[in-house]
Amino acid sequence: MAVHAPTTTEVTRAGAGGDSPPSSARSSRRSGRAYRNAPYAYIAPFFLLFGAFGLFPLLHTVWISFHEYRLGGSSPTFAGWDNYAWLFQSEAFYNSLWKTLTIGIISTVPQLLFALGLAHLLNFNMKVRAFFRISMIVPYATSLVAATLVFGSIFANTAGGLVNVVLGVLGLDPISWTTGNWTAQIAIAVIVTWHWTGYNALIYLAGMQSIPKDLYEAAAIDGASRFRQFLHVTIPGLRPTILFTIVLSTIGATQLFTEPFLFGNGAGGGALGQYQVLTLFMYETGFEVGRLGRAAAIACVTLIIVILLVLLNAGLAQLRTRDKGQPLLGRRSTASTRKAAR
Amino acid sequence: MSTGSVDDVRTAAPALTGAPEPRTRKRRSEDAAGPLTYVVLGLTAAVFLFPFYYSLVAGSHSPSDLYDGTPPLLPGPQLFENMRLALEQADLFAALGRSLVVSLAVTATTIFFCTLAGFAFAKCSFRGRNALFGITVATLTIPPTLSIIPLYVVMSRLGLVNNLLSVILPGAVTAFGVFFMRQYISQALPDELIEAARVDGASMNRTVFSIVFPLARPGMAVLGILAFMASWNDFLWPFIVVRQSPTIQVAVAGIGAGYTPDISVILAGTVIATVPLLLVTAVFGKQIVGGITAGAVKG
Repeated sequence: MAVHAPTTTEVTRAGAGGDSPPSSARSSRRSGRAYRNAPYAYIAPFFLLFGAFGLFPLLHTVWISFHEYRLGGSSPTFAGWDNYAWLFQSEAFYNSLWKTLTIGIISTVPQLLFALGLAHLLNFNMKVRAFFRISMIVPYATSLVAATLVFGSIFANTAGGLVNVVLGVLGLDPISWTTGNWTAQIAIAVIVTWHWTGYNALIYLAGMQSIPKDLYEAAAIDGASRFRQFLHVTIPGLRPTILFTIVLSTIGATQLFTEPFLFGNGAGGGALGQYQVLTLFMYETGFEVGRLGRAAAIACVTLIIVILLVLLNAGLAQLRTRDKGQPLLGRRSTASTRKAAR
Repeated sequence: MSTGSVDDVRTAAPALTGAPEPRTRKRRSEDAAGPLTYVVLGLTAAVFLFPFYYSLVAGSHSPSDLYDGTPPLLPGPQLFENMRLALEQADLFAALGRSLVVSLAVTATTIFFCTLAGFAFAKCSFRGRNALFGITVATLTIPPTLSIIPLYVVMSRLGLVNNLLSVILPGAVTAFGVFFMRQYISQALPDELIEAARVDGASMNRTVFSIVFPLARPGMAVLGILAFMASWNDFLWPFIVVRQSPTIQVAVAGIGAGYTPDISVILAGTVIATVPLLLVTAVFGKQIVGGITAGAVKG
């Protein structure tokens, strides 16, 4: 008995630990091999396309950034750190970093706060819920090109521009939106906020609906008001979701292009450089000045910023998981097993 | 699993909303929205919809109406005249056609290839699975904008500049699509079903096409709509690579590039470019909501 015990444990462990499907005695060896190779055939088309047009260009950006490479010019020559040296001496680069940051902040912060409030309201029971939810995605479904062109006329510099008319009614002077440094950034932030608020509200709403109802009931029994419930139950419960949206919108902020390009009328970034965000600067350097190597260096710096943001997120998420004492993957697999068992 | 029912969103994103939670009657009365909620949400909806209304209003007046004194707040008579002018400046119908070709092609390839790969990652065990899926997930957050320089080099080497393939190929599959379908399939498809098919002697391909695809259809629909929208609205990459045969966004952006940019004509053009997607949103709104919220599963 005692001799056999370890063997049994081993077998059980191997059976439970290996994630291979239990082999059926009926299936022939040939079909077994087909089963083993089929997954590769299923992932192959994805990885071929993704590798060729996703991963390879990403890695190739790094290579190009170390070369002197001109649009329509001769083949690239190795340039060492020249492109980066140019970049870190370029005033336009620091300006674009700064503008990306400021526009990012004045568009992300109000956007997420509005979204949180909207999600809270959408979570109530109401009659025309479906209409309100769909109205949330209308801006997201609109192309940025159309949105920017429309907002461009709403923010027109002339006295007849809609925003200036409203200012006039309030007794204020018309503002020259496109030419001022902060006014231009504010106008861009308004477009970004309009476009993404509803999207984030829906993400928050989904997060709110996964918060257990009994938490609210317990809080209500303890005499907590609606607002206190929001502060002490909803916000903590939403923490992972909030983190997710913060990362998503900060990454989005580094990718701003269409709004400043069309609102600011070109890749120049405005007379004061008020529109010159990183992607616009990269586009101008690469496709208007024609210095692909330098543009790739800008892309690489942006990539490093993005990776830092993602790692920050991963680190925070790990802290969070440790709090709960439950690994993410484990949770996911239990959910699917439960579903399968049903 | 009721396809096409009112609960589409939940069906589409089981990972997030979970099983439809039965609300107790008591909670329902407590959770009812007050009048203020309706007012605030109504105003928000108005703000979200206003730019469309404004583009209709401004696109239906002459430019002099727009900037002389008070701007009009009601639609005028000139919408079709302005649309005609917009069509004169840029061949918007051809551009709409190109966008339709590109978006449909991207939608089809994304659905098909991402579902295949998502199934493999969800239900098959093979060597390197975790590593390959790890690579896929790691690139989820890397914006494709950062690769446009080498991508342009690749496309010009392949002689595909100004060819629609140069827009279709980079959009043909997405890491998000694989991630999304893996999540969907691992929740919506019981292992037993696949095992049973195997025991019954069905080949792997047979299993995929007769069991996985039909059952994964709600998820595939959500992914397809998101892919279609992203492709339809994309601007930077098409602007770089197909400037001579522009997609609708590039063409509309180009209307304003004339030496006398005429706001009402531009806005009439945006109406043309926006209406198709507004229709998509009206019809598939619930699926789009489901897709957006499923993205949050990630965290």
